Amino acid sequence: MSSDAETGGSGTAEADGLDRETKADRIRELLATEGDAVAANTRGFNEGRYESTGRLDDYEALKAEARAIKEDAIERLPDLIDEVRETVETNGGTVYLADDAADANRYISEVAAERGAERAVKSKSMTSEEIEVNDALAADGVEVVETDLGEWVLQLADEEPSHIVAPAIHKSREGIAELFAERFDPDDPPETAEELTMFARERLGELIEGADLGMTGANFIAADSGTMLLVTSEGNARKTVTATDTHVAVAGVEKLVPTVEDFSPFVELIGRSGTGQDVTSYISTLTPPVDSPVPDFDDDETPLAADSADDREFHLVLIDNGRLAMRDDETLKETLYCIRCSACSNACGNFQSVGGHAFGGETYSGGIATGWEAGIEGLDTAAEFNDLCTGCSRCVPACPVGIDIPWINTAVRDRINRGEADASQLDWAFEELVPDEEPGGLDLATRLIGNYATLAEWGHKTAPVANRLANAGPLRALAERVAGIDRRRDLPAFASESLVEWFEARGGPAVSAAEAIREAVVYPDTATNYVDVDRGKATVRALEALGVHVRVPDLPGSGRPPLSQGMIATAEAATEDLYAGLAPHLDAGRDVVVIEPSDLATFRREYERFLPEDSYDRLADASYDAMEYAFGLLENGADPAALRAPSEGTGPVASGKRIAYHPHCQARTVGVGEYATATFERLGYDVRVSDTECCGMAGSFGYKTDYYELSVDVGEPLREQFGDTDRTVVAPGTSCTEQLDALLDAAPRHPIEVIAPRK
Amino acid sequence: MPLADASTFTRRLDDLGVAVSAGPPAECAAMVDAAAGEPAVGVPLGRSGPDGLADSPATLPERVETDPTTGDLRRAHTGVTAASLGVAEYGSVALEADATGTEPVSLFVDRHVVVLRQADLVPDMPDAFDWLGPRTREESVDVVFATGPSATADMGGLVHGAHGPKEVHVVLLGDGDATDERTAAADEPAADTEGDR
Repeated sequence: MSSDAETGGSGTAEADGLDRETKADRIRELLATEGDAVAANTRGFNEGRYESTGRLDDYEALKAEARAIKEDAIERLPDLIDEVRETVETNGGTVYLADDAADANRYISEVAAERGAERAVKSKSMTSEEIEVNDALAADGVEVVETDLGEWVLQLADEEPSHIVAPAIHKSREGIAELFAERFDPDDPPETAEELTMFARERLGELIEGADLGMTGANFIAADSGTMLLVTSEGNARKTVTATDTHVAVAGVEKLVPTVEDFSPFVELIGRSGTGQDVTSYISTLTPPVDSPVPDFDDDETPLAADSADDREFHLVLIDNGRLAMRDDETLKETLYCIRCSACSNACGNFQSVGGHAFGGETYSGGIATGWEAGIEGLDTAAEFNDLCTGCSRCVPACPVGIDIPWINTAVRDRINRGEADASQLDWAFEELVPDEEPGGLDLATRLIGNYATLAEWGHKTAPVANRLANAGPLRALAERVAGIDRRRDLPAFASESLVEWFEARGGPAVSAAEAIREAVVYPDTATNYVDVDRGKATVRALEALGVHVRVPDLPGSGRPPLSQGMIATAEAATEDLYAGLAPHLDAGRDVVVIEPSDLATFRREYERFLPEDSYDRLADASYDAMEYAFGLLENGADPAALRAPSEGTGPVASGKRIAYHPHCQARTVGVGEYATATFERLGYDVRVSDTECCGMAGSFGYKTDYYELSVDVGEPLREQFGDTDRTVVAPGTSCTEQLDALLDAAPRHPIEVIAPRK
Repeated sequence: MPLADASTFTRRLDDLGVAVSAGPPAECAAMVDAAAGEPAVGVPLGRSGPDGLADSPATLPERVETDPTTGDLRRAHTGVTAASLGVAEYGSVALEADATGTEPVSLFVDRHVVVLRQADLVPDMPDAFDWLGPRTREESVDVVFATGPSATADMGGLVHGAHGPKEVHVVLLGDGDATDERTAAADEPAADTEGDR
């Protein structure tokens, strides 16, 4: 499956520079042409998801049930394929297991020829897009008509879907009206949504009545009965099946579940997770060939019920096309649990800005598309858009089957890194500076960012020379051309005294272990230790004020930067180093307080993959977000008067009563984003929380020349919400701080800096 | 089958913009007559719904053509069928794609009038699939769970009636005690609110 990854990248820095320009141009164009329509629709779907899933009594239990069904089904997939062949054949249908797209298309073409089909009508099916069956049938002279209104619009416009559920969300109403006027030249051109819909209903209605073959996909198929389930809203799938005597259903093998009863949790979850509908208008559960009489629309005399269903044929075309190999691939296997609901697309900041025409491959789009495209098309296709997953992780709680979509993106990125390895790159210059665990030939920007901990340490040791050099014009130009670091971003300035050095210089802990209520290690993450030392000092002061014995030991980076670049081996080595450094403190019963939310999220999520289970559990249980820790201390009786309450007045004074708080995306996912709000409120602050789930900066993403404009666009809603606020803006994430600074000109601080005593 | 709450069902239908008439089986024909547009086609209730409807006093009004040709179907404004099951929590009705043409009659029309016995309501989706499972395995049934009218948002705004019916009207039949059902129905805001007929 990964064989086509060996073709390699463009090799030279100059060629990389060109690639970047084309990619940036493409994104710029999409932001201008399709971005607004995609943003309005996907953000609406995303809000709808929150509302609709919020109406469920036990959303999490339903998700767990759905996940368990999928795990079980994929585990015994070969048996289910055998079983469904038997049940469908007993029902009078046929099952064909196609190895790949060409095999499937050949079979479907044969069916069409045998049945003498001149026109096929088709309801929406991503799997049929994957195999490009329309082209295959058209080559045989069969007219194929898409009957889903959105798909029909795209067929007329000769465009690709921009979203797996709502394929034409990039089209405006005006654009569709123009398209109809141009293609059909009607006397009274339809303009409103209602008129356009009725125009399409009428045209398509006639085409369906005269069709010979009906094609559908299938959302789920029950092996026990050969029953397939279709989730639709328009009614075109119902008409497609009813009006034609030959039904061809195209479905990936992963759509099989053991029983009809297993459909239930998916029916409750799929619409809610996708477009925010509790259930779509039609859930067709068909056990074909269906029993409805085949209406003869040319015969106006014979009663409908006298028409017979005996002529009906049913062909279930199950598609492998790489899926059975994905099942044996520990990383890609989880992709097969995907129910194509589109939640990961709608929850994604980057997707909301550019849609599936940028964030997508040959067929699939959004975060999970990396898994699908890597498995079906190969790594090269996945590599074209995989960068657009920034690992913000907001899709993780949205996914109804609990797929760790960011991890799939990380792991595929790792394979892309390795697949494109080319020893001719400038490795020799960096072997000393960036002692990573990756093979030679990594893209330079990837390596620079992946080795951020080493760079930051070097920057700190040579500051202020490094700072002056880093932001000097000629060097920024070089950094942009060779490494793709955008000139429009300010680079972080390194501190000449690190947090660890400051702590040592002040004489260590100010609260002795004997008089302390707890003992804690404040983790000197790379950003806090070398760049934003003030928030580290504030954390130490706040904890000591609450009676905690604090230590700030010299500890290595968490591995988050290399992880974001798909450098898994480097991240894993960093994990082991950090755990080794923390182990004595865990043994001594000390808590680990984390200032940078992405590091805490890494401890609680990815470390599960890198550490032995007991080690992972110990660290995850002992580690706290700084504000979570402060909240917990107050809840357990610490004196809130020791912290800084709001003073009167507003404006630039950081101790203003009114706070605008932007929680970090990954902190939201691991469920610690709310502690800052709770702590602020407990101390008497008035807090407004941002509605934007990810600022768009996403670690290093927004620094890259290809993605600078996209990153700013993703952050735009933050500017809309907080742009002219007189509130004190706070954000715990380092990269969020950079982004908010650029967007709002606000220089936000970490929440702990607001509540920590000044001395 | 677990018993379901009719008021949850009618409340959901109201949210979906589906009109509801409730009454005893003996008043079925009158309620359908009031709900159906002109011309109307249909499937005899006992043939498109559960067996229980065959022995019930519930009937369709004379003006509903119950053995339509495709021409009748094409010209019809309203299609009248029974539903086998209702799902209270979702406001869904289960329509059987059977040999008598329940599927085309409920689909190729502008308004679908659905007759459902209150006794065939189940509380929630898992109950519906517990009911469906054995029937797919033993009888290979084809069932559509329809929830509200056909809908699309593909043309720049939410529109009802993309391919299927633009309107849905549910006639909910009690077990025969007229007084009780009237009282139950009177609590519901959705009762019989259809406009044009």
